[in-house]
Amino acid sequence: MLAQRPILAFAVFTLLAGVPSFASAQGHDMHGMGMGEIVVPKGARYTKADVGFMQGMIAHHAQAIVMSRMAEAHGASPQVLKLSRKIDQSQVPEIIIMQQWLRRHQQFAPDTSSWRHMRMTGMLTDAQLKELDAAKGVDFDRAFLTMMIEHHAGALVMVEDLFKSPGAGQEVDVSVFANDVVTVQTSEIGIMRRLLSQLPKK
Amino acid sequence: MRVVRNLFLLLATCVAPTLASAQTYPSKTDPRSTLKSGRFDAGVAASNMRLVSFSKKPAQFDSARGLTFVNSDLAFGTHYAYQANFAGFTIWDITDPAKPVVASVVRCITSQGDPSIVGNLLFISAEGAGNRVDCGDGGVQDPKDHFAGVRIFDVTNPKAPKLVKNVQTCKGSHTHTVVPSPKDPNIVYIYVSGQQAARPETELAGCRNGTDPADPTNSMYQLDIIKVALDQPERAAVIPGARIFTGLDGGGECKQFCAPVDPRRAAAGRGRGGAPAPSNAAVAATAAVEGPVSTGPRNCHDVTAYPSLGLLAASCSTHSIVVDISNPEKPVRLDALTDTNNFQGRHTAAFSNDGKKLIQTDEWGGGTGPMCQASSMIELGGNTIIALDAKKKQSQKAYFKLPSAQSAEENCVSHNGGIIPVPGRDLYVQGWYQGGVDVMDFTDENNAFEIAYFDRGSIDPPAAVDVPIPPSAVEAGGGRGRGTIGGSWGAYYWNGYIYSSELDRGLDVYELTPSAQLSANEIAAAKLVVFTQYNPQSQPRITWPAAFVVVRSYLDQLVRGNGLAPDRTGAISAALDAAEMKSGAARAAALNAIARQVDGDVKSARDGARVRTMAGEIRRLAAASK
Repeated sequence: MLAQRPILAFAVFTLLAGVPSFASAQGHDMHGMGMGEIVVPKGARYTKADVGFMQGMIAHHAQAIVMSRMAEAHGASPQVLKLSRKIDQSQVPEIIIMQQWLRRHQQFAPDTSSWRHMRMTGMLTDAQLKELDAAKGVDFDRAFLTMMIEHHAGALVMVEDLFKSPGAGQEVDVSVFANDVVTVQTSEIGIMRRLLSQLPKK
Repeated sequence: MRVVRNLFLLLATCVAPTLASAQTYPSKTDPRSTLKSGRFDAGVAASNMRLVSFSKKPAQFDSARGLTFVNSDLAFGTHYAYQANFAGFTIWDITDPAKPVVASVVRCITSQGDPSIVGNLLFISAEGAGNRVDCGDGGVQDPKDHFAGVRIFDVTNPKAPKLVKNVQTCKGSHTHTVVPSPKDPNIVYIYVSGQQAARPETELAGCRNGTDPADPTNSMYQLDIIKVALDQPERAAVIPGARIFTGLDGGGECKQFCAPVDPRRAAAGRGRGGAPAPSNAAVAATAAVEGPVSTGPRNCHDVTAYPSLGLLAASCSTHSIVVDISNPEKPVRLDALTDTNNFQGRHTAAFSNDGKKLIQTDEWGGGTGPMCQASSMIELGGNTIIALDAKKKQSQKAYFKLPSAQSAEENCVSHNGGIIPVPGRDLYVQGWYQGGVDVMDFTDENNAFEIAYFDRGSIDPPAAVDVPIPPSAVEAGGGRGRGTIGGSWGAYYWNGYIYSSELDRGLDVYELTPSAQLSANEIAAAKLVVFTQYNPQSQPRITWPAAFVVVRSYLDQLVRGNGLAPDRTGAISAALDAAEMKSGAARAAALNAIARQVDGDVKSARDGARVRTMAGEIRRLAAASK
């Protein structure tokens, strides 16, 4: 059991988001979408938390892709447009990896519409999405970067919660994937902070 | 399609004019793009290299369970190749590269298993949360059984390796790098790169997370160091780490494939100098975070040492960092280069043999994604060539990505490799996972190109459109289904052959074959370079013995590059043939006469520097002939 500590700077986002990362995914009634209580077979090398993490991260990624695909039509700057394209191209294959992992272990694999039902830590509320959709140009850049930093920070909290959960994060594919999420999204948060700092003052 | 078109528009408008040689990508006629799939019967495409042998994974690891049993990296010593696996390692006897023989298979759960060999000690990196002190299967039940750090095996008897020490580190070990002490041959330092958060103090004393790079009690923002006395490996221990990340909040510098500067924020961006950007405060405020916030890296994926130059090139997220390691216990950062426009996943570095250039690879997508598709962004997931000046300041030059579109079934991105010792040229062989193995020529820092490759089709067949594989179609227990991760983890030149560790299939051995791009003399000159030990992340300086094939390598290069008039290269070639027929003092005299004539060619030659080097090689051969 590797209980990893929060990256303190990001812990604040948990407060902003106000929900434990797994609460809404597993508290919700998902039967309608084919997602019942998670059952882990005896002798499996993974836990419920691993399954919940992979399922929840699909929804989390799917919303990031929706946000990223707004950039072009909303007059994002070339830098933000490029970053959004990178996030899009990076997270689509990651969703496939998560879905394949879940199917391989005979667990329910949410699709890319799951973000509408599952709200993990850092994900935007409907109101925030509307706000982002209403912004154009520099205002979009600012809203996008601020919200995507929060979104990424939520993913880091999800990883941290995963590793805190007894026995979770040990199955090799989950472990490698979760560590990759930390590496990539920590780095992108740095990039986004820098881009944000270059925007004209409000 | 719109995305692709826009990408091209973007590229067309923003390639920096100083870099004329931007790669056009990918080739639509490349034979690698259309290979038949199959684990052991995939289609093969090869150019200027041939497969000498393929050895399947030993049975102990031949189980497909996601990444649990994938092969990882290689290290080389005497006539053994040490091939790591997420579940242990294999020692191959490669006395005959055409027939590698398993010396031993050690089962020890250790993801990801980055290996190094020093004498009789094999070092293995452990990162995964399920790795145990006792190597056992079944995961960690009690935190005190958790192992993350570097394992040390005694492989004096390659048939029976013994675990002699587990050195725990705060962030575990994703990779590690051997740095020998410049003073004491009995001491080596293991530089440990860990990408995870620090372990709790209850699990390992002294480990602490933090966000301030300047806080010395913070386990993040440092390269961990283990000191090992080779005669007492069981006493290996962590010493204070290298805090090379402090003050790395520089603005991004983009040289190629750059998004154009946005006029709306040109004013805000102006005047950003070397001083810490005051805008960090604004960032912090926006993010509602108290205390210092770094936008730079807090760790590296890997670091490559060039001990004979006392240098280290570190691949750290958005940054390429050059470090002085002349005192390995006190590394000092010399320079940091960033391109946040394109890179967040700096992966591994390699120096050119003269130390004047650096390759930084970018592992976009972490190695498990298919990032070499025709629709993939070209500017991500490849190699950046970086020039190093006399003060070790870096400047970004050419960029190279596998010039072949791969399928959606093939996890593909730039991965590990090493230098091929051809005199007069800078060649890098590397693995691209299921993109195969290729050789990049980066002799010209502004123009990197491919001269050889070997590739197989995907392991899995192409997916049926919109039809998810039902769970019942997948082997029980989570076996081979879709999404098999495979291909070359790393490919390295070792004593005449190229060895590639295939994650899913086994071990490949290749040989370069003569072509217009690489002559028989150049291949023969490379084969003269023999090492007794090779850890790719601890780069050895290459020297060549005095030999006719070395001289002729330079001559072939002058012919190929039109660096010297054809009548002169023809005459020199004939004179060398004649000199080779002689022996002893007569040969030496003939060679010295040729050298004097070649001296006279330097001035008028298009590539005078290469002609001068060739003259020197002819004299060295003359001296060796006496």
